[in-house]
Parts: sequence; C-alpha cells; structure tokens
Amino acid sequence: MTRYALRRLAQSVAVLLGVSVLVFAIMQLVPGDPIRAALGQQADPETYQALRDRAGLDDPVPVQFVTWIGNAAVGDFGVSFRSGETVLSLILERVPATLSLAVAAIIVALLIAIPLGTLSALNPRKPVDWFASLSSQAGLSVPDFWLGIMLILVFAGTLGWLPSAGYVPLTEDPVEWARHLILPAITAGVSSGAILTRFVRSSVLESLGQDHVRTARAKGMRARDVLTWHVLRNALVPLVTVGGVQLAYLLSGVVVVEYVFAWPGLGQLAFQAVESRDYPVLQGAVLLFAVIFLLVNLVVDLAYARLDPRITYRSAR
Amino acid sequence: MRAGETLRLLFRGPTAIVAAAVLLVLIVTAFLGEQLAPHDATGTDVSNRLQAPSADHWFGTDELGRDVLSRVILGAEVSLRVGAVAVGISLVAGVLIGLLAGYYGRWVDDVLMRLSDVLFAFPAMLMAIAVLAILGPGSTNAMIAIGIVYTPIFARITRASVLSVREEVYVKAARSAGAGDLRIIGRHVLPNVTAPIIVQTSISLAFAILSEAALSFVGLGTQPPDPSWGRMLAEGRGFVEQAWWMAVFPGLAIFVTVLAFNVLGDALRDVLDPRQRQAMAGTGVTA
Repeated sequence: MTRYALRRLAQSVAVLLGVSVLVFAIMQLVPGDPIRAALGQQADPETYQALRDRAGLDDPVPVQFVTWIGNAAVGDFGVSFRSGETVLSLILERVPATLSLAVAAIIVALLIAIPLGTLSALNPRKPVDWFASLSSQAGLSVPDFWLGIMLILVFAGTLGWLPSAGYVPLTEDPVEWARHLILPAITAGVSSGAILTRFVRSSVLESLGQDHVRTARAKGMRARDVLTWHVLRNALVPLVTVGGVQLAYLLSGVVVVEYVFAWPGLGQLAFQAVESRDYPVLQGAVLLFAVIFLLVNLVVDLAYARLDPRITYRSAR
Repeated sequence: MRAGETLRLLFRGPTAIVAAAVLLVLIVTAFLGEQLAPHDATGTDVSNRLQAPSADHWFGTDELGRDVLSRVILGAEVSLRVGAVAVGISLVAGVLIGLLAGYYGRWVDDVLMRLSDVLFAFPAMLMAIAVLAILGPGSTNAMIAIGIVYTPIFARITRASVLSVREEVYVKAARSAGAGDLRIIGRHVLPNVTAPIIVQTSISLAFAILSEAALSFVGLGTQPPDPSWGRMLAEGRGFVEQAWWMAVFPGLAIFVTVLAFNVLGDALRDVLDPRQRQAMAGTGVTA
C-alpha cells in the first residue's frame, strides 16, 4: 500500500508538472504582446513597463518558467493586468461562492440520486425503473445553462418566488444566501444527480444479490430493516468516493452556471479574465482547478487502494 | 458480430429507433436548412420584433424580428458540423495515440499516456475556454478546442482495447509470418478495437454539441450573425420574461439532439460493448 501510494503520488507530481507547463504556455502562445493585448495600444508606458517587469516577460522563456513555477508553488500567481490586485487575493475572494454552490449542488444531486436509484433497483423493469432511467438520461442531456434559464423563467419570472441572479454572502444574510443559492444549485446538481442515480441503482442491485442479504431475509428480518441495515449501508459506502469525484467535477463544472446566475465565483472570474485578456488571472484559475481535480483523483485512488488491497500500481494504470 | 446482426440487436427496442429517427431528421434538416426554413434566418424586420408564436411564425420572432424557427433550423447545421468536426479531430488523434501507446508499450506508452494524463487533468470546459483564450473566439477554434478536450478519452479507450488484442494468437501469427507493424496495426489490431470507439464516438458527439452550445452561449463559440443554438439562447436570455420562446426553442433543440446521441450511444454500448457499460456504471464517467 505504501509503495503504491508513493508511486501514485510521484505520478501526480509528474502530471502536475506537465499541467504547469501547459498553463504557463497560455501566456507564451497568445499571439502578440499579452500585456499590450490586455491594456490596449493607448496604455500608459510606465504601467505597461511595470507589468512587463512584474511578469518577467523580458527574461528568456526557461527563466520565466522557473520563476513562474517557483512563485506559483508558494501561492504567488502574479498580479492582474487589469486591477493590479494579486491573483491569489482575487481567487480567494471567489472561493466561498464557488464552494457553496458546488456543495449545495452535490446535496441536490444526492437528494435526487439516493431515492431514485434505490427505488429503481428495488423495482427492476417496472415503471419506476423506466422513469429513473429516462430521468437520468434526460438529466445528462439537458444543457445546464438552458435549465438555469428555464428555472429563472418559472421561479423568478412567473411565480416570483426566488431571485433570478446574484449572490449574498452567508455571513451577511443567511436567509438571502440560501434563497439565492436554490436555483443555481438545482441547475448545477441535476447532471451529477443523473450520474449518481445510475451508480446508486447498480450499487443497490449488486448489494441485493449478496449472501448476507439473503441470510437476513431467510432469518425473517423485516424487508425495511434488510434494506436499511444490509442493502443501503453497503451500497452507499462507495457513494462517498464517487460523490467526491462529482464534487471535484462540480467545483470546475459550475463555470457556465455561474455565468447564467451572475454568481461571483471562480468560473466567472475565469470568463472575465478571458474577456479582458487578463492572462495571469486565467492562469491562476486554470491551475487551481487542475490541482483540485488532481488532488481529488489522488485521494479517491488511494481510498480505493486502502479499501481493496488487490489494486496495485500496475493494474491501476 | 456482423453489421446486419448489430443493427438488428440495436433496433430491437423502441428507444434506439426513436433516437435514430430524430438524428436522421436532424441530419436532413442540417443539409436542407435553407430550403426548409420558412423565412430568411438572418434578415431583420424590427416592426415584427418579439412576436409570440403564431401561424406565420411557429416559434415566434426575436428582438430583431427574425423568425426563431428558421434560425433553429439553420442552427442544426452549425451544431452538427462543429460537433462532428470536433469529434473527428479527437477520434483521429486519440485513436492514433492509443494505437501507438498500446501496440508499442514501454516508453512510447509511458510518454503518450502521461501526456494524455496531463490533458485529462484539466476540467473539460475550462480547458476549452483556455484554448479559446489563446486561439480567439469562433466556431473553427471551438472545434479545435473541443477536439483537444476529447482526445485523451479516445486515446485511453483505444489503448485499453489494443492491450488485450495485442496478445491474441492472430496478431502473434501475423508477426511470426513476417508482417510489418503498420500492416499488423491496420489489418489485425484496428478492426478488432472498433466497438468501444464507435460507442465513444456517439457519446462524444452528444457532449461536443453540448460544449459547442455552451461555448457559443458564453460568446466564445459561433459568432453572430450565424444562428447557433447556444448563441440564440444567450440572446434569448436577456428577453426571457418578455419573449420566453426565444430561449425555450433553441434550448429544446440542443436537449433533443444531445438526448438522441446519448440514447443511441447507450444502445450501441449494450450491443457492442456490454462490459464497458458495467465498468462505467461503477465510476460515474460519462464522457
């Protein structure tokens, strides 16, 4: 296990290095002068030169890379070409909004997946199973940005129950925070709910066929108790890891949902960075998302290896 | 499995038949768009703006008085073209990488698969946005961006299949008979790894169309005045309370197209590659 963990860790570090090279390359691959592109031709020469010096763009590319990666390793992603603020402070400002949306979305996903997946597994080839299968197929296919607009149309426009966009920090007003969170969370949670419904269904089906379930039934245990204590308890344990992967997907996958609901998260920061050609901010946001993604995958792989000792480095590749 | 047998198994249930019929209608619509559209899709008529659905304009008109139905019809061509070219790029690049990595193994495999791991580490949408930040917005660049995003999936799937086929007796026999690598890969390996690749192509088409719509929605994909479904949704979003039809119909078009590709992909997987379905159910991987 330790050997596997060390090799898996080394592999992640190597991938992270590759990821860093690509993220660094964003600034190099932009046609023309990236600072000129961001500031425009009329920019103040002093501001222009100060940003150029700060980004080290006059150094040879290998030197630029080593400096950039060394700084990034300690959280210094440079300064925004637009506002002059540090990229780290811009990112940290946005983390609470994205995190609350992703966590709320995974809760929505689980609230859909656990009952629907379980009911579908308990009633194979019956109407509820077909309904679950159809809903999960639809949930996977519906464009989240369209779903968001439709929810705004119904719940904010026609019924007027919920706000159509915006964000209120939890610390400012918890009730308004929750009201603003509901529509984006449903929008972002539906596709993960569809994926998790399929997972819960197959996991419960597998659990239903286990010997200990048969034994519990043969002992005369009530069907409800068998389901709670023998089937669901075992079937839902792996959901923790799959749910973890989904949370990582959501952290980075809510970018378009943030755009629809004017949600001031990391995704919106990335869009604004693209629009205003603020490349250091884009680099910081992309690198952060990739690191989160890598870390979650590493933790999930290690958790699997811990649960199942048959997994070895070779077979996991 | 022979092609006839595959088709018979594929279309034994009604869902795959409906999905295939929907896709056929879409493809015909994409080819005959100009002829089928009841009005000029790009011609503006401000006196006729924001008209609700009626006998003359079935899907209503937009903020410039353009017929929404005609724009949805012409949007089919854009969506299908961008989706098909993007998947074509990832199919060719991914299958080539997978074949080389799986067949040659050792350092070739290590290098190519670590590169694919690096691409895989980026969340799909963000990767596409980063590529478009470099290349600039537009439908051609969106095709390239989406193509890059989906390449590692094809590489991994092809490599996994090649690893098992590589050890088959017929491959060893061809090698001992003196066949060259190119001939073995082309004649013996590739034809035997197509099933999972076909399945992945159908599923990737669904996600490529979804990605194109998302990129156009945020202004990075197809540019005005071309009628892309994602772009139409973005325009409709600003008028959602006065003119619901501007957002509802393009969104429905995306939804139905993606659903049809997904349903067909699932049906293909059931017929061609049932083991993969079980494996996918355990990981929550969808694309």
